[in-house]
Amino acid sequence: MTPPTPSAAAPLEVTDESVAKSPTPSTHKGSEGRSPGRLAWNRFKRDRTGVMSACIVGFFFVIAVAAPLIAKLYGKDPYTTYASQRPELLNPFAYPSGPNGGMSSEFWFGIEPQLGRDVFTFLLYAIRNSLGIALAATVLTVVVGVVIGTTAGYLGGKTDYLVGRVIDILLSFPSTLFFIAFMPVVFGLFVAPDEEIPTWLRATALIIVLSAFGWASIARLLRGQVLGLREREFVEAAKVTGASPGRIVFKELLPNLWTPIIIQTTLMLPAYVTAEAGLAFLGVGMIDPTPDWGVMIARGASFYTEDLTFMLFPGLSMVIFVLAFNLLGDSVRDALDPKSKR
Amino acid sequence: MSSTTPLLDVSGLTKHFPIKGGFPIRRTVGAVQAVDGLDFQVAEGESLGLVGESGCGKSTTGRLITRLLEPTGGRIAYRGEDITHAGRKQLAPIRSEIQMIFQDPYASLNPRQTVGKIISGPMEINDIHPAGGREARVRELLEIVGLNPEHYNRFPHEFSGGQRQRIGVARALALEPKLIVADEPVSALDVSIQAQVVNLLQKVQRDLGIAFVFIAHDLAVVRHFSQRVAVMYLGRIVEIADRDDLYGNPRHPYTRALLSAVPEATVQDEGVQGRERIRLVGDVPSPINPPSGCRFRTRCWKATEKCATEAPPLVQVEGNKPGHLTACHYPETTDVPATVPAPRLAKDPEAAA
Ligand SMILES: Nc1ncnc2c1ncn2[C@@H]1O[C@H](COP(=O)(O)OP(=O)(O)O)[C@@H](O)[C@H]1O
Ligand code: SF4
Ligand SMILES: [Mg+2]
Repeated sequence: MTPPTPSAAAPLEVTDESVAKSPTPSTHKGSEGRSPGRLAWNRFKRDRTGVMSACIVGFFFVIAVAAPLIAKLYGKDPYTTYASQRPELLNPFAYPSGPNGGMSSEFWFGIEPQLGRDVFTFLLYAIRNSLGIALAATVLTVVVGVVIGTTAGYLGGKTDYLVGRVIDILLSFPSTLFFIAFMPVVFGLFVAPDEEIPTWLRATALIIVLSAFGWASIARLLRGQVLGLREREFVEAAKVTGASPGRIVFKELLPNLWTPIIIQTTLMLPAYVTAEAGLAFLGVGMIDPTPDWGVMIARGASFYTEDLTFMLFPGLSMVIFVLAFNLLGDSVRDALDPKSKR
Repeated sequence: MSSTTPLLDVSGLTKHFPIKGGFPIRRTVGAVQAVDGLDFQVAEGESLGLVGESGCGKSTTGRLITRLLEPTGGRIAYRGEDITHAGRKQLAPIRSEIQMIFQDPYASLNPRQTVGKIISGPMEINDIHPAGGREARVRELLEIVGLNPEHYNRFPHEFSGGQRQRIGVARALALEPKLIVADEPVSALDVSIQAQVVNLLQKVQRDLGIAFVFIAHDLAVVRHFSQRVAVMYLGRIVEIADRDDLYGNPRHPYTRALLSAVPEATVQDEGVQGRERIRLVGDVPSPINPPSGCRFRTRCWKATEKCATEAPPLVQVEGNKPGHLTACHYPETTDVPATVPAPRLAKDPEAAA
């Protein structure tokens, strides 16, 4: 039917050079097979940029998880306005009285202008909250995208057509504009206009709205992959032995889709981090006093001419994180799919 | 089972793939007549070769028998039981008895599963617990197909094409089938390896008494493997006979043409005098719009008015042994070595095929 060339649908096949040249298994000892995942891992380990980015990204996640612990050891919290008890911390213009934004052995990253909160713990919790929201949105997006994409691709026909049109509409939507215009509407659905919007509701609404627009791209990608994969003979082989559609999707197709799923996920998370910060900056995401990267940057922007230090910490940390994560994404893609390397 | 009921009984089997087209409303504008009324039987333990040029509907036939495709018409009976339109659940008890070996050893194994998982998958699906455990059974199967049982945890990409095809054979054997449809199992392999895999299949067929439908695109491969051979052209069987009858006394012009493409050495020892090479000219007509009457007539050097109007039935023509059926109005005879007018047929100057 087809010449025995690995199709693009499963880019993870014979890609280890040594194996490609001598496919006889007797060329290496031991009975343990070298799984495609193991080969990718070996490739990844050789990629210095990738390993370094992974360390940086890992560092951020450790900080995020350990934020309460670190804050406890450090002895401060992000909500207390330290300047109200100790007015000497701020000068008469409500800017930190010490140099460099009030950085000292007591307030490592300085003091926030006006309210006098501790910048270090505020940043810790900001990273924690922002990463938490972005991660939740990514997970939800990927799950929804994978389920809808693979189902549409495998079932084909009318389901596929319908899903395809929905995806087209979503992808052609100006989603940023939608967020700004409709986030207040979404909040309004749950809370009366005069009531305070609880923080958990803001976070949940953000996650849902981000995912609602994000799943389309990954679903479309996976749908295309499944369309290619389901014609392959190993799927027919599974059918001949009596496999159920569920087994075919989850045991035969899904393992072949990890590559695009992982690649998409690593691209999506930093995008969500910036999107979430952007929404907070614009005032439609998380709001003060919830510690959040976007909230912090927004506040920093309002007095960066007088106190650059306060802007610097959230700004730099975010740039470093997003950059590292994007580099990591590239390395992951190169490791999983070496053919895409130029 | 009674000996009169063949293992597999196919009658009038038809598969037309609809062609969708039209704008703005998509509708069926035609059909690819991939398989158009096949009749054949496969007895228990017998090997039937199914031969024809690429695109004549062999794979479609194989997929219809294994119920990967839904027939448009006709009937498929397994041990007398009608399975033509059986669903997945209905088919479950029979599923394990009809297995398939695929053409492309690179596409037919899931690249993300170990060999052990690939071969034990069918047992898992059908909830089979062999004595001694599934892993032991997989190792045994690997041994049977000539692979190292220690390669249980290897992935397909670590094997060569021939070895992969052996894995495919092991998977097909995992359910202890009674019938295996092998769709050109060696045509994607190096010539040097083809013989090994054919020998393996032959051993499997003899030792385990499994019936085969062995699909191939030339008569050479099938020759040593199949007791009966069916020749297909454009979705129809043009000739079906026991091996020796078919190779020794081909009655259909198309069979003759195919046979003449088989290298001399293998043909002559069959007692057939060195026949001249017949090279078919022209392309296979499209199965969307096949020729009227005899489908071979556009390339047949003996075609007449009758061939265009009347489809020749697949019958035992005069001079055929019982069980030798030919669909031709003017069957060939051995003693007249090709009465050939020039335009339709060219003599091939090079003897080497
Ligand atoms: N899924 C399909 N949809 C439409 N046409 C098909 C499909 N599968 C096969 N065909 C057509 O049916 C004919 C027979 O194909 P096939 O059975 O694969 O031939 P063979 O295996 O003998 O080479 C070809 O013309 C092919 O284009
Ligand atoms: S029926 Fe006519 S056209 Fe067909 S094979 Fe026989 S002689 Fe040729
Ligand atoms: Mg074929």
